[in-house]
Amino acid sequence: MRAAPYLMSLPALVLFAGVVVVPLAMTVLLSFHDWGQYKGIEPVFILKNWQEVLGDSYFHEMFWRTFRIAFFVTLIAAVFGAPEAYILNKMKSPWRGLFLLVILGPLLISVVARTLGWALLFGGNSGLVNKALTGLGLISAPLPFMFTETGVIVALAHVLMPYMVLAVWASLQRLDPQVENAAVALGASPFTVLRRIVLPQVMPGILSGAVIVFALAASAFATPAIIGGRRLKVASTLAYDEFLNTLNWPLGAAVAVLLLFSLVAIVWGANRLVERRYAQVFA
Amino acid sequence: MAFLELENLSKAFGTHNAVDGLTLGVEKGEFVSLLGPSGCGKTTTLQMIAGFVEPTAGAIRLAGKDLLAIKPAKRGLGIVFQSYALFPHMTVTENVGFGLEMQGIAAAERTTRVGETLELVGLGAFSGRFPRQLSGGQQQRVALARALVIRPQILLLDEPLSNLDAKLREGMQIELRQIQRTVGTTTILVTHDQAEAMALSDRIVVMNHGKAEQVGPPHEAYEKPATAFVANFLGKTNLVNGATVRPERISFATSGLAGTVRTRIFQGNHWLYQIDTASGLVTVIRQNTGETMPAEGATVHLAWGQ
Ligand SMILES: Nc1ncnc2c1ncn2[C@@H]1O[C@H](COP(=O)(O)OP(=O)(O)O)[C@@H](O)[C@H]1O
Ligand SMILES: [Mg+2]
Repeated sequence: MRAAPYLMSLPALVLFAGVVVVPLAMTVLLSFHDWGQYKGIEPVFILKNWQEVLGDSYFHEMFWRTFRIAFFVTLIAAVFGAPEAYILNKMKSPWRGLFLLVILGPLLISVVARTLGWALLFGGNSGLVNKALTGLGLISAPLPFMFTETGVIVALAHVLMPYMVLAVWASLQRLDPQVENAAVALGASPFTVLRRIVLPQVMPGILSGAVIVFALAASAFATPAIIGGRRLKVASTLAYDEFLNTLNWPLGAAVAVLLLFSLVAIVWGANRLVERRYAQVFA
Repeated sequence: MAFLELENLSKAFGTHNAVDGLTLGVEKGEFVSLLGPSGCGKTTTLQMIAGFVEPTAGAIRLAGKDLLAIKPAKRGLGIVFQSYALFPHMTVTENVGFGLEMQGIAAAERTTRVGETLELVGLGAFSGRFPRQLSGGQQQRVALARALVIRPQILLLDEPLSNLDAKLREGMQIELRQIQRTVGTTTILVTHDQAEAMALSDRIVVMNHGKAEQVGPPHEAYEKPATAFVANFLGKTNLVNGATVRPERISFATSGLAGTVRTRIFQGNHWLYQIDTASGLVTVIRQNTGETMPAEGATVHLAWGQ
């Protein structure tokens, strides 16, 4: 009877192996194959792609940019998302539901549509905001947004904000409201309560939200593809280009695998850090 | 003029009067309990004194000053919440020291006072632990130490012992009383446990539906209940021929109200009897002195001093 649980999870394990493990292993394998303009993919075992990806400064810049963008997106999401969740949590019953919908509503709209919205607002001379600002004489040239890192960061932060709000909100719901009252009764000002009592308790929530947002930002494709375009490539758009434009699948595979492994390493490291830091304090 | 005065204090939630015209004076150093069934407005009363609930009507004065004009953070009251509400991310020392830190007391003095207070509640050895590494009783002591260390004008306790098991609760009652005597802080305790209220308090306020039914020393409220509600809430009662009689005041005699023993239950230090009589079922409690007692079905006569 011991085997029963394993047998019961067999279908799920087969599915997992079929759709995740096998393609992943094949991608890893692919990254060691050779490729030539005229000969196509050669199933040999060489380190050429990895030497290129790890040694070429072009790729260094690309990965450095990818993680820089992900870092700032995470920072913005935390700085705006955490207070947003706190205010939401303080709201009374009809308003809370309404604003939760406003915040989570964007999740129901395709990322492409949301990102195109930003492009409509800021895209070159014809962008709505740029037109209005130049029309009012506030700026002489349109604000640079399209094909800039700032543009990608702002649009991604907007797209990923709901995940941070949800993570922080979940941890806020676990707080005992009397704990805040206890601090007030001991003479703490509202700001002190926020900084010394609430913030440390929701820190695990902020950090887990940050891990999600960072991972999604670093691997995002649609937003950097639309806002960054060909001129501002990140790891995911680069892999896409190698696969579909250059047709150098092995090199694209190396980029994709490197992105995956560095993300796993970062997320795992962050989790370890959080667990060690908060193990004593929280269950 | 009493140290703490509640005057016609009322709180309505919508149309529901949670607290309804409560008037009470508490003397300096006194231990007063608000006693009543769940939902009678005890917590609401305490929260109004603490400042977390705004009264709909009435006044609260502390040492003659209007307390309602002072912000909760400036009232200087010590509060022990039912859930303890400890800061989970701070050690015992940091929890207890927080109030002193807010008062801007220097680190050296803080350390001394926190140490003294932890000794007072018997937690000297646990100063470096986090709340979740402590048992319920220990957390309760931390909450008490955190409230006492700021030398509050009044100590407010909201069902502080209700989360502890029966054995521990009894021990903590004795300890709580001793600590309160030692530091002499004016204390208001909220509880639904009549034994706890009677064991600890100088005076009890028996509350029902937001109103005080009786205010007085425990013994007086028990012996001379002002209303049937108070009589029933403070202990078992018999209504015999229009008179209210406590079960332990009735004894078996050679003459008196006749009846037969319906049930007899042994409870260690006493016997609990149910006697069928002409004036209905009567509950009798007799101390266990080792004598043989009437068995079930026996015919008995009941007597009590009228
Ligand atoms: N914030 C609130 N909103 C609405 N009703 C409340 C609120 N707080 C308490 N009440 C009601 O007021 C009454 C008294 O509550 P409470 O003071 O907590 O009672 P107790 O502490 O004696 O059990 C209860 O009927 C309760 O439902
Ligand atoms: Mg209560």
